[in-house]
Amino acid sequence: MSDNILVTSLDEALRWGTGKSLWPFTFGLACCAIEMMSAMGSDYDWARFGSDIFRDSPRHSDLMIVSGTVTKKMAPRIRRLYDQMAFPKFVISMGACASAGGPYVRGYSVVDGVDQVVPVDVYVYGCPPRPEALIQALKMLQDRIVEGKVKH
Amino acid sequence: MEDKVIEVNFGPQHPSTHGVLRIKVKLDGEIIVDAQPVIGYLHRNAEKLAEMGAYPKGMIYIDRLDYVAALNMELGYVLAVENLMDAQVPERAQWIRMLMVELNREASHLIWLGTHGLDMGMLTPFFYCFRERERILRIFDEITGSRLLYNYFAIGGVYSDVTPKAIEMIKEWTDDFVTKLEEIQSLLGKSYIYVSRTRGVGKLTADDVLSYGVTGPMQRASGIKRDVRKNSPYLFYDKVNFDIPSRTEGDVYARFLVRIEEMRQSASIVKQVLEKLPQGEFYNKKYSKPMLVRLKTTGESYVPTESPKGEFAIHLIGDGSSIPYRVRIRSPSFANLSSIPTMLKGYKIADLTASVSSMDPVFGEVDR
Repeated sequence: MSDNILVTSLDEALRWGTGKSLWPFTFGLACCAIEMMSAMGSDYDWARFGSDIFRDSPRHSDLMIVSGTVTKKMAPRIRRLYDQMAFPKFVISMGACASAGGPYVRGYSVVDGVDQVVPVDVYVYGCPPRPEALIQALKMLQDRIVEGKVKH
Repeated sequence: MEDKVIEVNFGPQHPSTHGVLRIKVKLDGEIIVDAQPVIGYLHRNAEKLAEMGAYPKGMIYIDRLDYVAALNMELGYVLAVENLMDAQVPERAQWIRMLMVELNREASHLIWLGTHGLDMGMLTPFFYCFRERERILRIFDEITGSRLLYNYFAIGGVYSDVTPKAIEMIKEWTDDFVTKLEEIQSLLGKSYIYVSRTRGVGKLTADDVLSYGVTGPMQRASGIKRDVRKNSPYLFYDKVNFDIPSRTEGDVYARFLVRIEEMRQSASIVKQVLEKLPQGEFYNKKYSKPMLVRLKTTGESYVPTESPKGEFAIHLIGDGSSIPYRVRIRSPSFANLSSIPTMLKGYKIADLTASVSSMDPVFGEVDR
């Protein structure tokens, strides 16, 4: 059935649609959350790229942006929120802290990388990344969704 | 039917917690009987990590305390270190510091105003506030090279001079900021729904404020006219004219009015600083980075400063080695947050978001 031309092109259309209609999740942890808000705000306005206003519930959203330091106290909550999101779901790890612990990597209470808790599709470097970098990450994620190369 | 108290968990993920606050709320119907904040979801050892490196290296952790007003945090650290080593700072550097700190106060209050609007169910103020904030960030980008966390204040001055282009940008900004602010204020202050949801909500009396150690706009909204910039001036705050706005109601609406008026005063300070900005050195060449890394000092210093959230200070102890013995952070949001049980008790559950967001907590600073 997967060899069927009709089904594969339908699948492609579906992936294209998923990529161009992402609903991010309001999930701010630390400093990067402010730049995430800037990316959503008036100047950068990332709704232009097919990712609209942040949703307040994990059940309404399909993109989780982990923006900030992940502590050992917060990590189980992040996993629970990720589990509550419906498929298909994607994760962007924003900033040095979420990607690898950042400047706090020597701290006893900090998880060095959110990829130990949830599967990450795109990493963004910077401390904090500029909104342009986050928008680039969004475009990369969209391309991967269209190509079908995402983790979930 | 007998009374039944139920316990509701608020946070750590909630659109209006301003980060990762969790509150355990006990409810009788929709009346709040008890509310206890649970913190520590962003505990990232800022104090201990700052005690692991030389004096100038602690700056990056101090920067990330109150990340919406990073320059105000840097100022507290820089003043503490300079006080410890009796450093001479050029006059121009001090004026530049004042300029940057006041601009950052505006940026911080604008974020507060925008997110407070979101918490009260209004999306428009958020976009208006971010439009104005981005203009300030462009000025910071021009001067310091970064948008949010700057690492700009150095021991003995600042890292780069204010360029003529930046001064033009600031002048352009001061010219029409006050009219833009009125526009934003009218969005919330003239809304019947906003005023009726905030007036008489989340009250703190002057006694409560003093007993909890609440500082900043929250304190001034409860009738205590105290501002570190006036009471024990640092930098050149005694050479500029400004008022301390204060109200006596102590509710959410009073805090809103106090913060708006503070933004007007800050804009006037920025204007005065631009007029008085002297020419000269912006950095004391004596304190180069290799010298500071090997710097050995002893003694204690505590210099209180007025951050957008309240009284911020760093208690620094040097033991004669090149790394600080103790970096104790007096964070205003932490003290303000302790007033949550008093502020919420007896009010309805719908008033919770209004009260919590009126405190303007930032969790980098609360959990440290």
